[in-house]
Amino acid sequence: MNPVHKSVVIIGGGPAGLASAIRLYEKGIKDIVILEREHQPGGILRQCIHDGFGLTRFKETLSGPEYASRFVDQAKKLGIEIITDTTVIGLTKDRLVTSASPNGLLQYQADAVILAMGCRERTRGALSIPGERPAGVMTAGVAQTYVNLKNTMVGRNVIILGSGDIGMIMARRMTLEGAKVLAVFEIQPYPSGLPRNIEQCLNDYGIPLYLSHTVTGIHGKSRLESVTVSEVDENFKPIPGTEKDYDCDTLILSVGLIPENELSLKAGVTLDPRTKGPLVDENCQTKVPGIFAGGNVLHVHDLVDFVSLEAERLADAVVDWVKTQELPECEIAVEADGPLGYVLPEAISGEKDVTFSMRVRRPMKNCRITISQDGEVLVSKKLKKAIPAEMEQMVLPHAKLKSKNPVKVVICSE
Amino acid sequence: MIEQDTTVTYDCLIIGAGVVGSAIARELSRYCLNIGVLEKEPDVCCETSARNSGVLHAGFNNKPGSLMARFCVEGNRMFDQIAKELDIPYKRTGKLIVGFNEDDRKRLEQMKATGDKNGVPGLELIDKERIHEIAPLVGGEFAMWSPSTAILDPFQYTVGLAENAAKNGVSFFFSHEVTAIETDEDGIYTVTTTKGSFRSRWIVNSAGLGSAKISTMLGIDEYTIYPCRGEYFILDQKIGPMLPVPAYPVPNPKEGGLGIHLTPSIDGNVFIGPSSEYIDSDDDYSVTQHTMDLLIKDGSRIFPYLKKESFIRNFAGIRPKLAPKEEGGYHDFVIERRDEIAPHAINLVGIESPGLTSAVPISKEVVRLIEEVETLKTNPNFDPIRRRTETFRDKTPDEQAELIRQNPDYGDVICRCENITRAEILSAIHNPLGVHTVTGVKYRCRAMMGRCQGGYCQAKISELLMQETGTKKEDLRYCREDGWMFTGDVRTKTETDADKSCEKEDAL
Repeated sequence: MNPVHKSVVIIGGGPAGLASAIRLYEKGIKDIVILEREHQPGGILRQCIHDGFGLTRFKETLSGPEYASRFVDQAKKLGIEIITDTTVIGLTKDRLVTSASPNGLLQYQADAVILAMGCRERTRGALSIPGERPAGVMTAGVAQTYVNLKNTMVGRNVIILGSGDIGMIMARRMTLEGAKVLAVFEIQPYPSGLPRNIEQCLNDYGIPLYLSHTVTGIHGKSRLESVTVSEVDENFKPIPGTEKDYDCDTLILSVGLIPENELSLKAGVTLDPRTKGPLVDENCQTKVPGIFAGGNVLHVHDLVDFVSLEAERLADAVVDWVKTQELPECEIAVEADGPLGYVLPEAISGEKDVTFSMRVRRPMKNCRITISQDGEVLVSKKLKKAIPAEMEQMVLPHAKLKSKNPVKVVICSE
Repeated sequence: MIEQDTTVTYDCLIIGAGVVGSAIARELSRYCLNIGVLEKEPDVCCETSARNSGVLHAGFNNKPGSLMARFCVEGNRMFDQIAKELDIPYKRTGKLIVGFNEDDRKRLEQMKATGDKNGVPGLELIDKERIHEIAPLVGGEFAMWSPSTAILDPFQYTVGLAENAAKNGVSFFFSHEVTAIETDEDGIYTVTTTKGSFRSRWIVNSAGLGSAKISTMLGIDEYTIYPCRGEYFILDQKIGPMLPVPAYPVPNPKEGGLGIHLTPSIDGNVFIGPSSEYIDSDDDYSVTQHTMDLLIKDGSRIFPYLKKESFIRNFAGIRPKLAPKEEGGYHDFVIERRDEIAPHAINLVGIESPGLTSAVPISKEVVRLIEEVETLKTNPNFDPIRRRTETFRDKTPDEQAELIRQNPDYGDVICRCENITRAEILSAIHNPLGVHTVTGVKYRCRAMMGRCQGGYCQAKISELLMQETGTKKEDLRYCREDGWMFTGDVRTKTETDADKSCEKEDAL
């Protein structure tokens, strides 16, 4: 098989892939291709028919399909090659990309590869929820696919486990379509989704949210008949005696998203155990030179606007890489500390300003993020609150750096 | 599945389409007989046959002289031939039974002596160094090594047997639960099911968990099945390379199981389990918190690399045991013809582990018992060969390119975790037995068995299944007869102007 040469192969035609492609093209890198497994580009936005997208990127509120079409239309106008119905099944560290479609098996040899495969949902199996295995237990994204893309109703009496954003959005969606959503249960002592979704999707519809509760039993031989819910202690262990049964035919799980990196692993990309996405430097370059990652495959975002912005910054670096086959060495390590779950990137060069992305592990009030080096604060930012549901970002101007020693990012209460 | 014809009198009706029922159906189709299989579930392989470790046992756990020992050793020996005929994925990995202390060592020596007596080939006791050569990450101070043990795909095995039986003329009737069996003055059986009645000269009871009930319907009311549940975890394929062979502890003889072990699956996952717990109901496939904790604790002793993030699913199986809890251990298979009570009936009760391994020898025993009563005429058209659909995932790029050239559906990857293509899914739907459930597709082609558990592909597969079988949304079933998937459309399209303008807006 003779591989086709491309400057850049972008794996995934969702928001990250589209935004990086457009930026590359506009900066003169035109020999690029987006490989998309679905029949249409747009990624998960295609099924997100609710609004609230684009407030940061476009200063207006759009539905998911509208937000996607801004990028798809632009890409088409520019003439960017988007090949749909094509699944990438192989990727090597030398950037040989193998893809399958009904038109055949195609291989690309790329100067740079952008990983933009997004994420998948955590399932019942990953949580190991006890109980039987009836039909009617599904993740929120699957329910959303059926209802929004397939015009198919998945149940009438619904319990939702996990207060992730998609779960809350599906609570509203199912209610609007005539289902009865009985309650949302969250194992953490705080919600895991955005405050605006709690307001607009639960409170507006009178759907109760119970914190520190989880499902401890699933009942029904054929179709779900009921679930047992228990209160949990501070170690998330169910408290005996608090069990309560709820009759329902549908259990929707919104219990977390996992970056989809099976392809990255094939290429030998190293993953960060905290984000489950690749370890990357300030250029979004993975540990494998020439392979870059952005969007939800890198770390799960709460707002698509930040996916687009991250992908555009990534594309700027890829432009340099394609032209020179090298990027400034990133010798300065970045370390996260304290209640921060993670900080990206994990290494910087000191030669350009860097936007750090981070997320706290638990909610905090009146806190301060500081970025320091050699014991000296370089920049800091005060926050009224920080919650796990919202990613925080902070820019470090490169002029502030004093040495090549590690940079520390911490958040602490004031 | 075919429609029943009430005017037909079958030569033989087999009750239960697990691996044993399917093997009997195939074995009997070597003869000129009109054979039907009655199954209460919507597919083959819905209970114990599907819910086990997927291991072809060697036969050192069973009492010398027992049917279990004989059929297990035979089943292991003849499996190469069966797998070749039916195109069953399997691998002779061998197996380790690891020990930690002197008690374990004594029991391993006994086990080896039992195995030698049963005719199990190549058993040897090995030291820690050899364990590490065979499986570097498996714990234990010493072990017994059984080279003839293999891993296989239990779904493909049962489906393969059943498809081949169907090809040779056997009729399968799914969702037909037997409720009564009567005989008339000519000795012809009338079998009443939830979907009509059937007549037959012979009955074979291979109903597994339901075998005592069917036995009672035949008038043989002395058996009780004690359901004994075993729970499992399935681990991500990323763990697969760490465990090249099944690793078992030395079993506790009282328990009536083989101990919590780790088994690589033929598709590269790892199973932990099963536990062993007597339960009251024969269809409670629950997994429980206390057992999950136990599996992790016991499994970690043999394989200390169990991390929660590698868990992709739990499941449970139920052993149809004849030995009650107080007694423990194993009761031998009951395979009998009781002419004084039920002539022309072969009664199989308590076919638990090693039932998967023993299925074909059991089926040959059934034929032998029938032949003691009447002479069977060989079916000249019997064709022992069944081929699986070509799989895309395990091919080289050149072979994959060729597959797509021949059939473009091979280029449409629907299950992203397992790389299962539209071609394979369509072939699963249109298999010779017919598929009516989502799990029927899953069991046949592995779609939805990966780490995302159908998160990406289930919607596409259920849509394809409805399309190809002409099933309405509200009639689609997940696994069982009442396991509905959907209530119908979210919104029904009507041709009013208001709706049309709505649709136009949607399109924008």
